[in-house]
Amino acid sequence: MTETHTARAAAAGEAGPDAALPAIELAGVAKEFHSGGEVVTAVRDMDLAIREGEFFSLLGPSGCGKTTTMRMIAGFEEPTRGLIRLHGRDVTGTPPNKRDVNMVFQSYALFPHMTVFENVAFGLRRRQVPRNEITRRVGEMLEIVDLSGRERRRPRELSGGQQQRVALARALVNRPRALLLDEPLGALDLKLRQAMQVELKRIQREVGITFVYVTHDQGEALTMSDRIAVMNDGVIEQLGLPREIYEHPATRFVAGFIGTSNLLTGTVTRLAGELAVIEVSEAEQILVPVRGLRVGPGSPLELTVRPEKIDLATRRPADGACALRGTVTEVVYLGTSTSFAVTTTTGAEMVVFRQNSALAGDLAGRGDEVWLSWQPQHSYPIG
Amino acid sequence: MEQPVRADHAGSLTLRPGRGATRARAARRPRIGKALAPYLLSLPAGLWLLVLFLVPLLVMLSLSLQTCNYGTGACVMTWHWGEFWQQVSLYHAQLLTSFYFAGAATIIDLVVSFPIAYWIAFHGGRRKNFFLLMLLVPFFVSFVIRTVVWEFILSDQGIILGGLKHAHLLPQSFHVLATGYAVVAGLAYNYLPFTALPLYVAIERIDRRVLDAAYDLYASRREAFTKVILPLTVPGLFAAFLLTFIPALGDYVNQQILGGTNDTMIGTVIQNAFLTYFDYAGGSALSAVLMAIALIGIFAYARLLGSRTIEEYL
Ligand SMILES: Nc1ncnc2c1ncn2[C@@H]1O[C@H](COP(=O)(O)OP(=O)(O)O)[C@@H](O)[C@H]1O
Ligand SMILES: [Mg+2]
Repeated sequence: MTETHTARAAAAGEAGPDAALPAIELAGVAKEFHSGGEVVTAVRDMDLAIREGEFFSLLGPSGCGKTTTMRMIAGFEEPTRGLIRLHGRDVTGTPPNKRDVNMVFQSYALFPHMTVFENVAFGLRRRQVPRNEITRRVGEMLEIVDLSGRERRRPRELSGGQQQRVALARALVNRPRALLLDEPLGALDLKLRQAMQVELKRIQREVGITFVYVTHDQGEALTMSDRIAVMNDGVIEQLGLPREIYEHPATRFVAGFIGTSNLLTGTVTRLAGELAVIEVSEAEQILVPVRGLRVGPGSPLELTVRPEKIDLATRRPADGACALRGTVTEVVYLGTSTSFAVTTTTGAEMVVFRQNSALAGDLAGRGDEVWLSWQPQHSYPIG
Repeated sequence: MEQPVRADHAGSLTLRPGRGATRARAARRPRIGKALAPYLLSLPAGLWLLVLFLVPLLVMLSLSLQTCNYGTGACVMTWHWGEFWQQVSLYHAQLLTSFYFAGAATIIDLVVSFPIAYWIAFHGGRRKNFFLLMLLVPFFVSFVIRTVVWEFILSDQGIILGGLKHAHLLPQSFHVLATGYAVVAGLAYNYLPFTALPLYVAIERIDRRVLDAAYDLYASRREAFTKVILPLTVPGLFAAFLLTFIPALGDYVNQQILGGTNDTMIGTVIQNAFLTYFDYAGGSALSAVLMAIALIGIFAYARLLGSRTIEEYL
């Protein structure tokens, strides 16, 4: 447990001196497939260091190279370029059965001819673990994944969620140093998926090993991960804590892929200390913190603002924050919040989420003239 | 029932009961059709089985209990149950030879076609269908001609043996033709597709990710084969076995063209009984015995080896 805690501390903050060797390290890894005379680049020059004990997510749209990355770590594919180290050891040319990582496959890939017990015991048997120890460890593992009493069932006699847990148990029982999970909840319905997300987190805390989790579901990645790498078209667009990724999307792609984001473009009018000022009209302006960015008057600037950070009012707010004027084009009631679509005087389409509370009442209706405002620290420039 | 009839006669006057009744009747008619549909659809196949399989089978069984006049070929039912035993005691050697040859050919076919089927299924890539076609190409040629070609190939001074003898790698007296080896070779060759195709289908169906999972869980290539691929192929192996062994058992062409005089197979005996001696009773009795033994063997085999897995996958 202590190991897990240090790893967690390391994952949460900057890598301290006790952050040991990365569990998994990819250095300049690229993978090209040749199919029918055509070269498909699935992964391009990827550098990645996954820390011991962390819950790391690879998040990206379908086809961006997540599975390929996992298959290279597991040893099913060799990188075209670059190298992979597992706990500091270069594993180039090491077959999957000689790597101490285990994989939970996208479609579970359970052995259909074996019982649940035999499925889970498979890895232990291959490693010549003594029979009574196998019985004990499989029993314990089935307990953890809540499948005790189903040892004699066959995979096809189980529900999707149960099959998923067998797949998890089958990998975890070997006590791998890292567990690779390729969209493990993708085939489950929403309710079961949410329950399994909590379950997976619990199991990871309990066993304390590194989880590399592939998903295309941003909500899943945000709620479960210690750190997230957002992938697009074979490259990592951004790597960071869930909060960082969500609140400070580094690229246009990340801003668009994670949640709903307002993307604005403008020309810097002047600099005010560490803030760039984009003046839209006399009363309308956007302030953007640009520390470390090389921008000056006249340079174009792209920024994002999260919809829930924006205030919506019928009068111009008094403080000197960012403010834009616009017309409400759509109001969608979402239960706990309401979503407003607003077209600004500059023609930008923006989305604003406001919490619904008894006090607030109806903020604005379709066609109303409104003011949008937010604090400068919620404007994020996109590099 | 009465009201609807009256309503129909009354025409448009009695609106409700009349309409209700006609609607009910209209709804019932397609329902009957629906219930009949599976039977109607299976009628051609059913007739086919009845006329071409069941009737001949019954004729054969009844023939084996009749006594025939060899001169005229006329048969009368005599309930001669002794016929079966008589035939078996006369031809048990040929029966054994048949099982022996067909078994050997089937085993050879299984061993030879497994790697072929495996390779095509796993490494055939986009040309899978092409490779399967290549496997079948020789079989576009007539069965008899193919077998005669084997006679050429295996003949004492033919291209293979002749060459080897010429190079003094084999003694002059060495021969294959007219031995059991030639028959088994011919059988194995002729029935290969019946083994390879069901095996291919079974191997092709194996999910590659299941194999990946085996490697991921520390299986060596050998263990992945014995613990995953082979068990998952059992139904295919069983189908391949049946499709090869049963026709090979009754085959009479290979033995006649490639075999000698002291390794006659039961197929030849049956053929002669029917076509040469007009011993319809004897031929039928032998066929029935052959069928019974094969069926008993298959059921025993299925119970012992396959039934569990077969039920599970088929
Ligand atoms: N074996 C392969 N042969 C050819 N192309 C492949 C192969 N595997 C993956 N690809 C291609 O690589 C890209 C990334 O695939 P993948 O890693 O499966 O994406 P993801 O898991 O993120 O959906 C896709 O364009 C896919 O078509
Ligand atoms: Mg994938």
